[in-house]
Amino acid sequence: MSLILERVSKVVEGQTHIQPTDLELSKGTMNVLLGPTLAGKTSLMRLMAGLDVPATGRILWNGADVTGMRVQDRKVAMVYQQFINYPSMTVYDNIASPMRLMGIDAAEIDRRVRATADMMKLGEMLQRKPLELSGGQQQRCALARALVKNAGLVLLDEPLANLDYKLREELRAEIPRIFEESGAIFVYATTEPEEALLLGGNTATLWEGRVTQFGPTPSVYRRPVDATTARVFSDPPMNFLTLRKKGGRMLFGDKQDMPVLDALTNQPDGTYLAGFRPNHVELERKRAAAMQFDTILNVTEITGSETFVHLGYGGERWVGLVHGIRNLKPGQPLAVYLDPAHIYFFAQDGTLVSAAPYAKAA
Amino acid sequence: MAKITLDNLAHSYLKAPKSDADYALKELNHDWADGEAYALLGASGCGKSTLLNIISGLLQPSQGRILFDDVDVTQAPTAARNIAQVFQFPVVYDTMTVHDNLAFPLRNRGADPAYVAQRVQDIAAMIGMQDRLRQKARGLTADAKQKISLGRGMVREDVNALLFDEPLTVIDPHMKWELRTQLKQLHHDFGHTMIYVTHDQTEALTFADKVVVMHDGRVVQIGTPQDLFEQPAHTFVGYFIGSPGMNLFDAEVTGRTARIAGVTVDLPNTYAPRGKRVQIGVRPEFVHLGTGCGIPARLLRVEDVGRHRILRLEVAGQPVNAIASEAAELPAVPDSIRFDPEGINVYADDWRVAPEGGATTERAA
Repeated sequence: MSLILERVSKVVEGQTHIQPTDLELSKGTMNVLLGPTLAGKTSLMRLMAGLDVPATGRILWNGADVTGMRVQDRKVAMVYQQFINYPSMTVYDNIASPMRLMGIDAAEIDRRVRATADMMKLGEMLQRKPLELSGGQQQRCALARALVKNAGLVLLDEPLANLDYKLREELRAEIPRIFEESGAIFVYATTEPEEALLLGGNTATLWEGRVTQFGPTPSVYRRPVDATTARVFSDPPMNFLTLRKKGGRMLFGDKQDMPVLDALTNQPDGTYLAGFRPNHVELERKRAAAMQFDTILNVTEITGSETFVHLGYGGERWVGLVHGIRNLKPGQPLAVYLDPAHIYFFAQDGTLVSAAPYAKAA
Repeated sequence: MAKITLDNLAHSYLKAPKSDADYALKELNHDWADGEAYALLGASGCGKSTLLNIISGLLQPSQGRILFDDVDVTQAPTAARNIAQVFQFPVVYDTMTVHDNLAFPLRNRGADPAYVAQRVQDIAAMIGMQDRLRQKARGLTADAKQKISLGRGMVREDVNALLFDEPLTVIDPHMKWELRTQLKQLHHDFGHTMIYVTHDQTEALTFADKVVVMHDGRVVQIGTPQDLFEQPAHTFVGYFIGSPGMNLFDAEVTGRTARIAGVTVDLPNTYAPRGKRVQIGVRPEFVHLGTGCGIPARLLRVEDVGRHRILRLEVAGQPVNAIASEAAELPAVPDSIRFDPEGINVYADDWRVAPEGGATTERAA
């Protein structure tokens, strides 16, 4: 079982919503579409589902061209952010409804409703109406209806976005397990990097209608191919520092200057972007090789176990996430340190020049 | 800005409430200090909106009083309370320019035009919209409209309090950072009394000086983010704050030791808990995986969350979580866990038990 997109694009009234995209999703995989609002996640899903016809390209399902085929004729299930259930039907009838439309016999329907409801922890609530359920249970009911069809392709469009924090945490842990049991191809759209990491599988990062990278989730996170991907796959966003390589030196900030790092030794002179994640900013020098930046502390935010520091360095704005409770006074100078092992280098156009050494080792 | 006093306050939506369970907001006594930023945090249905509506005057409490700077305002309508409110979804006048939207609350009260002009400039700079002041609000993105709502909420300097009801719901994660930082900066610069309702723990913890955690109509703890993390007053706080939440183990506690799953664990203090169910609570951050180091445990799964890893474990048939840093090496033969003693709290019937004779290792607040 596989879903292949070949040079698929979408154009609406002369505006390109999806750039020509190639993707290959295989049986039994979880595939996350990660990107901010309007990056094209929903557009791409609608193309996969057959709800929209692509402007160019082909869509292949198990090798067969299904490009123009109606959504009704394809084995697709979709769950939206606004969970949709039939309010006047019981949970049982909600879950059974797609199978009734497919003309499956009653005994088989009963078996599958009960099995799916048990998997979704709704076994005790089959006789209730959706409005008598909690938000998490309502969304599980919508998920159950999507799964019960045994659709080969299950599309989930920000399915947890409307739920309380703790319910999201619970369902996030459940979804990979459910998906393993079903064997379908899952596609899951989210705006949150942490959600992508928790779901695992593969991730496609999207930015302005373009898939910037597709691969195993941890590897996209640790080895982004460009600065855009790195920015999309980091919350808070990755920090950047513009620097100039000149001979054996690196120049940055207000006349700061140091010997060039290994990663740039064999690169031509010119301007580069150094990228580093907030959790790699340190307030103490842990290694002699660490770079020091004299920043201005704008704001601190304490989460209980960690502290976010919002920093200004020249014209750049950075965020650091450090362990422990730090009672620092805003508006003051603050020296921060960065281990060169945690620095990514990008060319001026954003292409990755060198991944952070720690990530290469991981 | 004002001190807000909640005096013997409670609310039931029923006409003749009989028991505790009939109250959406259970009895509450508290002073909220002038100039502090508070977050009301809890799951949907916990009573946080009820409390906010009582403070804003949209709802009259069935019991008790609410005072602004010691003046009883319980019966006063919203308009008389001199508060600014920002809601979940943007409320802007589409046909007005960004400038006029921001100026509206000031002009409404007949403020001096020179002052209005200056104040609008200041606020526009704060929300990063100086270059769009002449533009009509119509056609702006939801983000931009919500920024205007925030700006309009903050434009008056003479309000008693600023109330925010889930103001960042419609905002993209990347933008949330920016707006939250600006709110925080603003609080730092102007010292408004702020009350911020949210179900998102990160928002609550990073925004507020004090977080008011609500559960089932009751305030279960008011504390700094550090208090909530290190000494959750109720097992709900342990569960709700932190991701994953605090681990709980049924335990027999005597003096300085606890027995869980047949193993004796040292406690940081002496305890004499009274209650039907005694438990110890340990956050995942204080649980360490090892070999032959104490409590037998089985490692089920490791989840890579980027900056750290969540270890899913099983102890005596019960799920337990631990957090390991990105760089930490996991033991080759993991078979047990141990706790950082200072990370252990004792609970009796869900409420935290204070150590006997004062704590020896309790950290300074």
